[in-house]
Amino acid sequence: MHDLIIVGAGPAGMTAAVYAVRKNMDTAVISVDVGGQANWSYNVENYLGYTHISGSELVKRFQDHIQSFGIKEEYSRVETLEKTAGGFAISTESNKRFESKAVLIASGSSPRKLDIPGEKDFIGKGVMFCATCDGPVFSGLDVAVVGGGNSGYDAAVQLMKIAKKLYIIEYSDRIIADEVYREQVEKADNVQVMTNTAVTEVLGDKLMSGIKIKDVKTGQERELAVDGMFLKIGYVPNVSFVSDLVDLNKNNEIIVDCACRTNVQGLFGAGDVTSVPEKQIIVAAGEGAKAALSAYRYISRGGK
Amino acid sequence: MSENKVEIYSTATCPFCTAVKDYLDSKAISYTAYDVAEDREKRAEMVEKSGQMGVPVLDINGTIIVGFERGRINELLGIN
Repeated sequence: MHDLIIVGAGPAGMTAAVYAVRKNMDTAVISVDVGGQANWSYNVENYLGYTHISGSELVKRFQDHIQSFGIKEEYSRVETLEKTAGGFAISTESNKRFESKAVLIASGSSPRKLDIPGEKDFIGKGVMFCATCDGPVFSGLDVAVVGGGNSGYDAAVQLMKIAKKLYIIEYSDRIIADEVYREQVEKADNVQVMTNTAVTEVLGDKLMSGIKIKDVKTGQERELAVDGMFLKIGYVPNVSFVSDLVDLNKNNEIIVDCACRTNVQGLFGAGDVTSVPEKQIIVAAGEGAKAALSAYRYISRGGK
Repeated sequence: MSENKVEIYSTATCPFCTAVKDYLDSKAISYTAYDVAEDREKRAEMVEKSGQMGVPVLDINGTIIVGFERGRINELLGIN
């Protein structure tokens, strides 16, 4: 039995791993990938110690750091998490079973979807989420970004250099992205910003070929031919394996106290999956550190 | 392991493309990489093989994997 299992290897999970190992806890990390959404940031300019670094480069440095400790890693998805007499049992998609005295959930969040007809059929076939990853595949094609916030504009700034024509589609009547982003977009001559606009359907055959959009004021609907649509309309916490066990808030985030404790003894939470405000790399990393120390205290008191 | 044929369809900025290449390098697995942002023919080939437009796409001895799926890659290449 491990002392601690960390679910997720983003900034929260990786920082927690470093703190756990330095406390000599027998630690395992189970994660689908390394870095999670931190990888998607084109530019990180607010992580202390780096004036300017890409998300993936920062993740690589995190990874080099934790690999120097030789932590047990399992690359798979957690399917179930159960409370047992001695702690917790986890089973994974890779058909493995893990047991531990304490568990830290740092499973992050996933992009929110529109939940409209056709969307599901064209995920990966035009309906995309990561402009840094898949944007260049759409070079010379017409593309839409859905969402007029900072992450939408971060994607737009990348895509406007790649796409033939770029549409930014925002449901509300105004763009809330920071001025620095808006200035860059305004300078581009291949970008059209559409506010008060809803996407109502994804169209296509084998691949996506267009979308239906609706003017939310007039109700008028029309088709827009685009080969790709990047969704930047927020995130939903990854809690499917734990939603029956732990208390969630109205946003489906795991409720934690200031010591990263959940309502279940021995179960901790850190990073974007929790109710802690501000989804930032540096916040997640700090929460991960705190959660690992909290778990250490819990185990050294004999699970109290 | 030298008889493995590994092709990677990728883009220059995609973090998981770099990660998968670094990973194969660390395991001394050789591969051919294509930049599908630059090479339209290879982009079409990738779409044809995988039926989608996300990267990275790996072709390991004819089996297609979308994304950096370490578990399946290990299995197909017989590595750990």
